[in-house]
Amino acid sequence: MREPRWLPWARWIGLGSLGLFTLVPLYVMATSAIKPLGDVQGDFSWIPTTVTLQPFFDMWRTVPLAHYFVNSLIVASAASVASVVVAIFAAYAISRYRFPGRKIFSITVLSTQMFPGILFLLPLFMIFANLGDLIGLELSASRTGLIITYLTFSLPFAIWMLVGYLDSIPTALDEAAQVDGSGPLGALLRVVIPAAMPGIVAVTIYAFMTSWGEVLFASVMTDESTRTLAVGLQGYATQNDVYWNQVMAASLVVSVPVVAGFLLLQRYLVQGLTAGAVK
Amino acid sequence: MVVSTTPRPGARRGARSPGGGPPRPGRRGLDRVTALIPVRLRRLGLPYLLILPAILLELLIHLVPMVVGIAMSFLKLTQFFIRNWSAAPGAGLANYEIAVDFDSAVGRGLLHSFTVTVAFTLLAIGLAWLLGTAGAVLMQGSFRGRGLLRTLFLVPYALPAYAAVITWSFMFQRDSGMVNHVLVDQLGLADDRPFWLIGGNSFVALLVTYVWRTWPFAFLMLMAALQNIPSDLYEASAIDGAGWWKQLRSITLPMLRPVNQVLVLVLFLWTFNDFNTPYVLFGKSAPEEADLISIHIYQSSFVTWNFGSGSAMSVLLLLFLLLVTAVYLVATSRRRSDA
Repeated sequence: MREPRWLPWARWIGLGSLGLFTLVPLYVMATSAIKPLGDVQGDFSWIPTTVTLQPFFDMWRTVPLAHYFVNSLIVASAASVASVVVAIFAAYAISRYRFPGRKIFSITVLSTQMFPGILFLLPLFMIFANLGDLIGLELSASRTGLIITYLTFSLPFAIWMLVGYLDSIPTALDEAAQVDGSGPLGALLRVVIPAAMPGIVAVTIYAFMTSWGEVLFASVMTDESTRTLAVGLQGYATQNDVYWNQVMAASLVVSVPVVAGFLLLQRYLVQGLTAGAVK
Repeated sequence: MVVSTTPRPGARRGARSPGGGPPRPGRRGLDRVTALIPVRLRRLGLPYLLILPAILLELLIHLVPMVVGIAMSFLKLTQFFIRNWSAAPGAGLANYEIAVDFDSAVGRGLLHSFTVTVAFTLLAIGLAWLLGTAGAVLMQGSFRGRGLLRTLFLVPYALPAYAAVITWSFMFQRDSGMVNHVLVDQLGLADDRPFWLIGGNSFVALLVTYVWRTWPFAFLMLMAALQNIPSDLYEASAIDGAGWWKQLRSITLPMLRPVNQVLVLVLFLWTFNDFNTPYVLFGKSAPEEADLISIHIYQSSFVTWNFGSGSAMSVLLLLFLLLVTAVYLVATSRRRSDA
C-alpha cells in the first residue's frame, strides 16, 4: 500500500495513545506493588519515593494466598490437561472422518460457548448439591466440581483450534502409519499428536488461562478450603484497611505465569484463535 | 466465508519426519482392544467413540443444566428447597409474570438493569471495535517497534480478568487513585474529587475498564483479517490512482466485513453477559447505574436464594440473546448477498 506522507505521524499519535492507554494500568500495578503501605493510601504519585519489596512478603500473610494459589494451580492444570485430551480425540474425529452428525456436533459445541454463564450457574449449583445427597459424590464446593466445569468452558475453543491444526497435518502421514500396522488410534498417538505438538501446547495454555481467570463459578462453587485466586484476591479488600500495595503485588504474581505463557506462545495461539473466529 | 489462508504451524512441523520409528509393543494396547470389534462396526463407530467424552461433558455441564434451568423457572424454588428441589411446589408462570411486571420492584429492577446493559453493550462494542480497527489499520506496514507494540497490546487480553479489574478499581479510588490524581491534581479539571465506583460515574468506570480488557481481542481478529487481504488489490487500485483514504474505504473496510460480522456478534454476546468486570470492580453490590444483567440476576438469586425467579430471568435473557442473534444473522447475511 502506498503510504501518504502524514501516515507515520498518524501512526505515532494513534498507536502512541493506544500504547499509553494499555501501559498505564500495567505501570500502576507494577509501581504500586513496590510502594510502602503509607504511599498507596495517601495521594497517588507516579514515581515511587520509597521502594520496598515488603508487599511481596506480606501478601502471603494477609490472606492465605499460597493456599489459593495451590487451589488455582490444581484446578487450572487438571482442567486444562483433561480438556485438551478430550479435545484431541474429538478434533481427530472431526478432522479425519466424515460421519453423520459431524456438523451438528461442531455447531452445538461451539454455540454452548455463547450462552450466558449465569444460565448454567443456578442449575449446576443445584445439580452438584443434589448429586452429593443422591449418590454421595460431593461436587459442590469441591475442586473436582470446579475442574469438570472449567474443562467444558475451554473445550469448545480447544476442539475448534485443534481441528484447525490437525487439518494442516497431511493425512498421508497417518495413512503411512496405518500401513505400518498401527490402527487409527495408534496413528493418532504416534504420528498426529507429535506433529501437532505446538498447537496442543498452545491450546493447553489457552485452556489454562480460561480456568485461571474464571470468576463467576469460582465465587459460588468454592468454600474457604477450595477457594481459588479469582475470589481469594478480593480478600484484601474486605479487611478494614485495603492493602493496595499487597493487592497489586499479588495481582502481579498471579498474572506473570499466564501472561508469560501467552506471550511466549502468542504466534501459535493467535493463529489458532483467529483462524477459529475468522472462519 | 473462509478468510484465513495463512499456513498453520502444524503444516511446517508436519513436513518433518514424525516421531514414529519401529512400532513399540507397549503403545498398542488401545488398538488391541479396538481390534476385538468387527471391522465395519469399528469404522463406523470410531468417530462417535472419539467424540463421546466431549458429548458427555457438554451434556453434564451445559445441556442438562439448561433443561434443568428451564424447569426451575417454573418452580417456586426458594431457599427451603435448594437441597431438595423435587419437593418445590410448581409456580406456573408466576416467576415470569413478576419478572416482566414493571409495576413490581422485581420487574422494575430487571427493566432498569436491562436498559443499562443495552447502553453499556452498544457503547462498549462501538469503542472496542473502533480502537481495534484503528490499531490494526495503523499497524499495517513495517516500522520500528511494531513487534513490541503488538506484544504490549496483547497483555490486557492475556491478563487474568480479576487482576486487571482490581488494578482499575485501585486507579478509580477517590482519594488514593491515579485517575483523580491526574484529573484533579495534575490537570485541575475538577475542584472536588469525584467518586468513580459509586453513583453515575460508575458507568464510565465500568466502560473504560471493560474496553481496556476487550479492544485487544478486536485488534487481534482484525490484524489477522487484514493480513489476508491480497496485496494486488492495493497495487491495482494504486495504479488507478486511488489514495490511502480511498483504499481504506473501498478495499480495506469492505474486505473486513465477514470478520466484522463474526466479531461484532461475539463481542455482543460477551459484553451482554459480562459478569467479571462489575463483580470485581464493585464487589457484590453493583451501583444501580452499572447494574449489568448478569450481576443483577446473580444478586437477586443469591441474596434472596430465590432460584426460581433467577432462573426465569436467565431464560428471558437467553431468549433475548437468541432473538438478537437470529435477527442479526438474517440482517447481515441479506445485506451481504445484496451487495
